[in-house]
Amino acid sequence: MVQAALEEQIVYSRPESFTAVQTHYCPGCTHGTAHRLVAEVIDEMEIREKTVGVASVGCSVFAYNYFNMDFVQAPHGRAPAMATGVKRVLPDRFVFTYQGDGDLASIGMGEIVAAAARGENITVIFINNANYGMTGGQMAPTTLPGQQTSSSPNGRDVEVMGFPIRTAELLSTLDGASYVVRRSLHDPKNIRMAKKAIRMAFETQKQGLGFSMVELLSVCPTNWGMTPYQANQWVQSAMVPYYPLNDFKVHPALANFRV
Amino acid sequence: MTKEMLKGNVAIAEAAVRAGLNAYFGYPITPQTELLEYLSARMPELGRAFVQAESELGAVNMVYGAACTGARVLSSSSSPGISLMMEGISYIYGTEIPVVLVDVMRGGPGLGNIAPAQADYNQIVHGGGHGDMHPIVLAPANVQEAIDITYNAFDLAEKYRTIVVILADGSLGQIMEPAELPEMKPLLMRQPDWATYGAEGRPKRFLSSINIDPAKHEIFNIRMEQRWQKIIANEIRFKEYYLDDAKYAVVAFGTSGRIALSAVRSARAKGIPVGLFRPVSLAPFPEQALYELSKRLEGLLVVEMNNGQMLEDVIKITRHQTPIDFYARTGGIVPMPEEIEAAILRMVEEPVNTTEHPRDRWLARLSQELIGGS
Ligand SMILES: Cc1ncc(C[n+]2csc(CCOP(=O)(O)OP(=O)(O)O)c2C)c(N)n1
Ligand code: SF4
Repeated sequence: MVQAALEEQIVYSRPESFTAVQTHYCPGCTHGTAHRLVAEVIDEMEIREKTVGVASVGCSVFAYNYFNMDFVQAPHGRAPAMATGVKRVLPDRFVFTYQGDGDLASIGMGEIVAAAARGENITVIFINNANYGMTGGQMAPTTLPGQQTSSSPNGRDVEVMGFPIRTAELLSTLDGASYVVRRSLHDPKNIRMAKKAIRMAFETQKQGLGFSMVELLSVCPTNWGMTPYQANQWVQSAMVPYYPLNDFKVHPALANFRV
Repeated sequence: MTKEMLKGNVAIAEAAVRAGLNAYFGYPITPQTELLEYLSARMPELGRAFVQAESELGAVNMVYGAACTGARVLSSSSSPGISLMMEGISYIYGTEIPVVLVDVMRGGPGLGNIAPAQADYNQIVHGGGHGDMHPIVLAPANVQEAIDITYNAFDLAEKYRTIVVILADGSLGQIMEPAELPEMKPLLMRQPDWATYGAEGRPKRFLSSINIDPAKHEIFNIRMEQRWQKIIANEIRFKEYYLDDAKYAVVAFGTSGRIALSAVRSARAKGIPVGLFRPVSLAPFPEQALYELSKRLEGLLVVEMNNGQMLEDVIKITRHQTPIDFYARTGGIVPMPEEIEAAILRMVEEPVNTTEHPRDRWLARLSQELIGGS
């Protein structure tokens, strides 16, 4: 008896929007996860050739090596301004920034607030890992009260160092912002929800509704001094309570859109 | 075409529009604001991009992003705003992106005041931010020259993939005088082979100023320095007035050059053989021409609206071929033609002591006049 050849079915492959190179991210870092989700969304929307990405300064400074699309790379914190420049001369292209929490919520707070307030029709992927990854784990605006970092060795003392910034909540108060949500990357269920949110953000841009941002709680096992497993646990137990996973602003025109 | 009465700031703006400006990004600051205000109406009327940015940091990075697509992009500001743009200027240079910037200088340091000055010479001509860099710097002295320089600045920036700074001052920005505007060039959406506008049907591109490998960055710096040598060879501009038979010369740029010309004319009327050498390109500086000139002079007077920033370059360039004297007003004070004429007469009648720095004599005299005491 001749056995029928088994038919192969591809269920998982590298997105076209992702370049076939090894990244420089530490083992267990969720920057790679976030990249992958963005690449999948861009593939699914078939907009790779119409997208210009804006990399920032931080561990993701080399994002342009990993995304298979046109990219520019901004000075520290200035990605929303650079994205504004690209979008204003090319309004039919998709423009997104990819920024860390030091980049976006500290040195770049002016640029992000102004871009959101203008209702700039761009999408922002915001990685909140509660510290400055690239420079070796210093305190960020998102560092939790009491959290030890290389520049708050005794833990963040809010009396001296102030309080963390809940960026998504803050930006959601602006009328120019149309889609502002927070998701997390610490387990498969949350990763799936993060992907849906990224899709919604790009759909917001596609419909010309204005500013969209997805804040992603992300791990930095290297600077947190944890294993990847512990780091994901810590997101769940320490970060999520402080940074609730929520939709803070969803434009009514998006209400009926289902991913 | 006919001449019309045009204000410097507006003339520069309209010249940029006619050169095919795709986008403008700026932030209000006196004495440059009319440029932004004019374009806030003009650009949308033509269906082109205009954004009043949140700051000069925002403006320069919008310029950076827009110019990365290959578009013709302009921003303008005045001294304190230009200081804030330095970060972006360095990044733009490090990414080899053509951009045109206008600096309508005012009195500094600090918030200073809104009166005309030329004290950004060092920060632009020798600066433009961190790293080895050379923006092209052009200094017009009247509205017509500002129009002509602006109209050609985009071609120049694109030719060398570099930054062109139009270095004006509050006086030129605010003055109204008859001038002729060039014809409107067709608006193009340029897609040069380095630009990032969406990788449709071609491999992706990226634009960044990062070169994490020092060996590669050294090669980049050397390549940019070679490009600068080409710019020196091709783009030096200066104006000479009454120099053929001159025994003395004034060196001055922009508004002080314009005022010095009046002083030179009245000194000539008194029989003094003096002329004017006015650098138009401050970077690249007309070094060779000035050096050759200095060899046949009996004295040279540098006039500026700062404490002697170009003076240091002139001393270096002329290599003691001729005695150098210096006259300046600073902090937003514009020298009167009579003051410069008096300085010309002094140079002729009381030859300078070449062992002291030209600034010493000027400082002693101005200190006495303005502050008193010893
Ligand atoms: C103007 C300026 N200041 C400081 C730095 C140094 N620097 C590089 S990355 C970085 C922090 C980035 O942290 P974050 O945005 O949180 O991103 P992460 O590395 O955690 O992904 C800093 C301070 C810089 N490159 N430029
Ligand atoms: S330092 Fe932290 S954020 Fe950066 S790659 Fe490593 S784990 Fe990721």
